[in-house]
Amino acid sequence: MTPVLRVENLTRYFGGLRAVHEVSFDVAPGELKALIGPNGAGKSTCFNMLMGQITPSAGKVELNGEPITGLPPREIWRRGVGRTFQITGTYQSMTVAENVQMALISHHRRLFSMLPYAYRLYREEAMALLDVVGMAQQADRACAILAYGDLKRLELAIALAHKPTLLLMDEPTAGMAPRERIALMQLTADIVKERGISVLFTEHDMDVVFAHAHHIMVLNRGELIADGTAAEVRSNPHVQEVYLGGGTLYAAEETSHA
Amino acid sequence: MGLLVAQLLTGLANAAALFLVASGLSLIFGVTRIVNFAHGSLYMLGAYVGITLMGVLPGAVGFWGAIVLAGVAVGLIGVVIEICVLRPVYRAPELFQLVATFGVILVIQDLTLMIWGGEDMLGPRAPGLKSVVRILGEPVPQYDLALIAITPFILLGLWWLITKTRVGILVRAATQDREMVGALGVNQSWLFTGVFFLGSALAGLGGAIQLPKGGADLLMDFSIIAEVFVVVVVGGMGSIPGAFIAAVLISVLNVFGVAYVPQSTLVLMYVVMAIVLMIRPWGLLGREEKAGEHGQIGEPQRPIRPAGWIGRSLVLALIAFMALIPVFGSTFTQVLIIDILIFCLFATSLQFILSTGGLVSFGHAVFFGGGAYVAALLVTYFNTPMELAFALAPLGAGVLAIGIGWFCIRLSGVYFAMLTMAFSQLVWSLVFQWGEVTGGDDGLVSIWPSKWLSGTTAYYYFTLAMGIGGILVLRHIMHSPFGYALRATRDSARQAEATGINVKQIQWMAFTLAGAFAGLAGGLFVFSKGSIFPDELSISTSFDALIVVFLGGVKTLAGGVVGAAFMESAKDWLTRLEYWRLILGLVIIAVVIVAPDGIVGSLRKLGERIGIVREEESMR
Repeated sequence: MTPVLRVENLTRYFGGLRAVHEVSFDVAPGELKALIGPNGAGKSTCFNMLMGQITPSAGKVELNGEPITGLPPREIWRRGVGRTFQITGTYQSMTVAENVQMALISHHRRLFSMLPYAYRLYREEAMALLDVVGMAQQADRACAILAYGDLKRLELAIALAHKPTLLLMDEPTAGMAPRERIALMQLTADIVKERGISVLFTEHDMDVVFAHAHHIMVLNRGELIADGTAAEVRSNPHVQEVYLGGGTLYAAEETSHA
Repeated sequence: MGLLVAQLLTGLANAAALFLVASGLSLIFGVTRIVNFAHGSLYMLGAYVGITLMGVLPGAVGFWGAIVLAGVAVGLIGVVIEICVLRPVYRAPELFQLVATFGVILVIQDLTLMIWGGEDMLGPRAPGLKSVVRILGEPVPQYDLALIAITPFILLGLWWLITKTRVGILVRAATQDREMVGALGVNQSWLFTGVFFLGSALAGLGGAIQLPKGGADLLMDFSIIAEVFVVVVVGGMGSIPGAFIAAVLISVLNVFGVAYVPQSTLVLMYVVMAIVLMIRPWGLLGREEKAGEHGQIGEPQRPIRPAGWIGRSLVLALIAFMALIPVFGSTFTQVLIIDILIFCLFATSLQFILSTGGLVSFGHAVFFGGGAYVAALLVTYFNTPMELAFALAPLGAGVLAIGIGWFCIRLSGVYFAMLTMAFSQLVWSLVFQWGEVTGGDDGLVSIWPSKWLSGTTAYYYFTLAMGIGGILVLRHIMHSPFGYALRATRDSARQAEATGINVKQIQWMAFTLAGAFAGLAGGLFVFSKGSIFPDELSISTSFDALIVVFLGGVKTLAGGVVGAAFMESAKDWLTRLEYWRLILGLVIIAVVIVAPDGIVGSLRKLGERIGIVREEESMR
């Protein structure tokens, strides 16, 4: 089976700094994969290259077997990659439903249409998506007054609007309360399972990572040092050394999650 | 050879005043992020104060002392402006600050007129430097040589101040990160005031130092400001060495321009600017503007909905009322309403890109005047029937907007504003100087409508249909998917790009549309007046539109229409007063500070408070 995302020897230099060096991995269909690593490991650079914000110095990225290396973000989106940001980027002057409708208008390539009223277009579809993330009740509220957790859920609905095959989530639970984190990730896990979407996410909260990711990759100083299941990664001595400072901190927590 | 050298020296001498003013503006922008449009007025004040002081103080010491004192005096005036006008609006969007400083321009114009009168004043010549020196056989004024000698010292002095002193370190730190400097315990307000003093003093010095060469008149504020903006933008906003290089470049270019291509001196400057910005969008020594640095400030705009049945009936009633006006109103009323409608359409087209698109254009008049000139040129040279010429006005303006947009859309924020202004000035100077074709200052006359529209009433109905039609079409587009896409690019360009929206393409299209509708207004204008002059392309026409959009309310849909209707009616009686600029300026400053939501926005808030209008937290 062709992987949804195939990354080969992805490399990026900033001047003399080797931010990401020859990183290769696959994301299988339906897989929930986490990319973790200490601050400055190159996670964001890696992500920005996948989404087209940064052009790689070398290497290639394939989506469902087609090369997408170096394409601008909007083209990568068109080919079926949804994205949520670490700092939410919603349209403040629109209602919750209109935010989703906007993505649907783009999905249906009606951006230059000047005849219909936009607030009526794809309203049903938008409501269905909002229902999926549990935001239907708030559909007509102004986006500017939403609570942070709700914004995150709205972003998820927007990312689902064009039926992506892959979802890239940059620190999806950053800045949220612990209970909200688990709830959001559970929601994400349910959605992707139901729709067969693959997810690649970065995350600092190890509770979230070990509770939800099928596979975990560890990045350190721009290089991939581990790629495997939670158990494999946890027992990897190299990971323990750079990430956990040599201890086996998470062995105890594992029992509490199990 | 001798002539060349002499010209070069003249250019270098002219650069002195230009550099002083530009470095002041650049300094103020670098630290406070305010584009001080009143900087030209400070320059003018420097000249007037200088003349007065030179009359009082005797001899060479008095002359140079007067220049320095003029600088200090203008610096203090700058402090007053900073404290009274700008402090309340530092956290407001750019447009608010621009409009506030524009109010200051008007106030200073009338105050200067009150104090020094309307006569142009000749500057005294510098004691001891009154004769000329022969260089390679050509006469060069001694004062020019003195200026050439002084300027590098001023540059060095500023450079020393900025790089070597504690104050300079604070200023540079504030240029990079104001919040951090504040967090480290520096009193930002006084730092800003200090910088404003220094910047204003430099402008005052510039005004006083050029006295022996130019003198003082009431038009010097506008004539220098366009040139100074070119210098600052070419040199790079916030960079003082950049301002120096650009001042020399532009001054020398101007002198050679006058000598060799006298019919295109003004154009030359803007062409250079366009070329520099094409290669280096942030100027020769400027640093790249970080995205989001000037993003949405203040509360976000409200979600929008097309008007409900109450709103629609009100608009219908208003249109019906206006349609009946020829029955009982005088010809004068009809002419006034024609003017108002044209201005409303023009303002709405600006509101479209400014408010919906978040693109603050300082040169929107180029499309209004451009459309008018397209029609006028067609009628004058090809005897084009009025109907066709009128139809080609918005088309011509649209094509112009496609061209200008291609350059401008690549930039954002202040740089976008500056570039749009430069292009409008470029077109203005082309029209102004290409007298054989455009009639230059004399304009193009006897551009009258066809017979069936020649009566005032007939043209009134024509304007009613076209003007209101245009406004309604634009309003509809704001509610259409395209309008939403445009708002999306304004709210979050990053999210828009990440969901398949080509931000620049949407903005370019919006810019073109706005230009075409401004051209439609221009077409209506030229056939209602029967003539067109370069004034309609000028900065002040662009500003008129900006100010009415602002007065009406930037964060509203109807602000342009309401503001334009209000302004055009108010102007009718306001201009009968002697010092109407003073009053208008004060009103503008007051609105900026007291009611920044504008007429429409303030009314809506009032309505919400007393319960007539629903709070828009929820749309249904």
